[in-house]
Amino acid sequence: MLKINNITKQFGGIKAVDDFSFRVKKGHIHSIIGPNGAGKTTLVNMITGVYKTDNGTIFLDGADITNISTDKLVHRGICRTFQNLEICENMTVLENVLLGFDKYMDKSLLKSCFRAKSILEDEIRYKDRAIHLLGLIGLEKVAHQKAENLSYGILKKLEIVRALGTSPELILLDEPVAGLNPKETKEVSDLIKTVVADEVTIVLVEHDMKMVMDISDYITVMNFGKKLAQGIPSEIVNNKDVIRAYLGNGVVC
Amino acid sequence: MLKRYNISQDIIVLAILLFIAPFFFQNDFIYEIAIVSLLNALICVGLNMLMGYAGQVSLGHGAFAGLGGYIAVILSSNYGISPLFSIFIAIVTMAIFAFIISKPILKLRGHYLAMATLGVGIIISIVLNVEDELTGGSDGMSVDSFSVFGYEFTDSLQWYILCAVLLIFTIWMFKNLINSPFGRVLKSIEGSQKAANSVGINVSHYKSVVFVISVVIATLAGSLYAFFSGFISPSEASFSHSIELVVMVVLGGLGRVYGAIIGAVILTILPQLLTSFEDYQTLIYGAIIIFVMMFMPKGIASLFDDIKRRLFAQNK
Repeated sequence: MLKINNITKQFGGIKAVDDFSFRVKKGHIHSIIGPNGAGKTTLVNMITGVYKTDNGTIFLDGADITNISTDKLVHRGICRTFQNLEICENMTVLENVLLGFDKYMDKSLLKSCFRAKSILEDEIRYKDRAIHLLGLIGLEKVAHQKAENLSYGILKKLEIVRALGTSPELILLDEPVAGLNPKETKEVSDLIKTVVADEVTIVLVEHDMKMVMDISDYITVMNFGKKLAQGIPSEIVNNKDVIRAYLGNGVVC
Repeated sequence: MLKRYNISQDIIVLAILLFIAPFFFQNDFIYEIAIVSLLNALICVGLNMLMGYAGQVSLGHGAFAGLGGYIAVILSSNYGISPLFSIFIAIVTMAIFAFIISKPILKLRGHYLAMATLGVGIIISIVLNVEDELTGGSDGMSVDSFSVFGYEFTDSLQWYILCAVLLIFTIWMFKNLINSPFGRVLKSIEGSQKAANSVGINVSHYKSVVFVISVVIATLAGSLYAFFSGFISPSEASFSHSIELVVMVVLGGLGRVYGAIIGAVILTILPQLLTSFEDYQTLIYGAIIIFVMMFMPKGIASLFDDIKRRLFAQNK
């Protein structure tokens, strides 16, 4: 589904992502792991059009999507969440989810100014769907609270739900459980499993190894911008290169 | 909440207040202050959409209002175009101007955006001062009377009604816009541009649109002011006028529908009330603003929230 060929991104003298290639199969949870600074977030930023690639190509279902801007990619079915929370704290929880449906909504000025019927009907329709999405994570009760009043864990889940509003085919999750407690982590992985059951493909960047090994269909390991290893979870756990990258070059007893 | 025309209680209250007010106006001077308040309020409604909802600051709206006013006045006085049509041309011209400058300027954020709008404002003000063949330079120029399809606006009450109706209508549209998906997009730009981008919103497009809307409203108010006062000078487009407008919006309450109006009315009336203090007028004016911002950092509009909350608390 997602095909990445030899992409490179250089910041000054440092190659954050260096001639990197991988493929993601449809309906898979494909995890990308690696030590801090390995270039995982840069990779996500390149796929989602935040950074321009210096070299290489990215294909989605056979179509070239290299260097297409983030907002246009959403219309092609790619959506993402952020490592550092990006929630509109000035809005309510429900409004944040409604924002996810934005690409389906009519925002023509004249119609908005005069409250055209179609705009009111849209609003009601998508409000129902937004509340349904909130139900997935049990947040209907706080729908009308300001997002700034809610805990970090809830907002992390809210970001994923907002992304679902765009009905994506591919979601890139950048460290969705960073900073969450085990209970919240479990809830997020359950949410991810439900999402995948709906034939959505997921690229997961995460440091929580238990979760990664638990839910991934396939794993790519990155180190210093290059691919270190790839395979199904059981292969990765036993890969000597991977162990060395994480634990250092000591004597293995 | 989703009623068809959304003519809510607060708009009716505003209309009643504006209708009753003239019965207390004893002379033309009070009318003049009232009309200037209404026109300032009009600009502030647009500026509030830009600053309070989309979170983009502009220190150039006085200059945009002034330039718009000049365009309308020059067209009608020098070229004999009817006032209404010259205002229309001024609006279209300023909309195009705003759209063009919005593209590079609104890429900037925070302090840098403030600096850029400030710069544009100062350039406009200099041009209006220097191009004296067209604008009459720092002496300003006199303006023909305002008429619409032969109906002349001469007396203050006519002007008052025109401005009041315009303000009510603008607020109604403003509220509709803010409560629509378009309004949500604006709020998301203030909340998190990355988030807005990640759900498919072309942030720079909507920033331009809201900027253009606010400049169009400023142009309308600026040109009406010129026709009303019968005179226009570069001081309308001065830096201090731009600052005054920003203070009105912030003092009234950023992101509050009525905050901008409250701020505009209070700050237009206040200097007049303080004239009896003579030399200390500016000092007291400044002290009041500091005092309000210290105790009501969310603006005067937040005062009404407190009152409402206390009333409800007592009822329970």
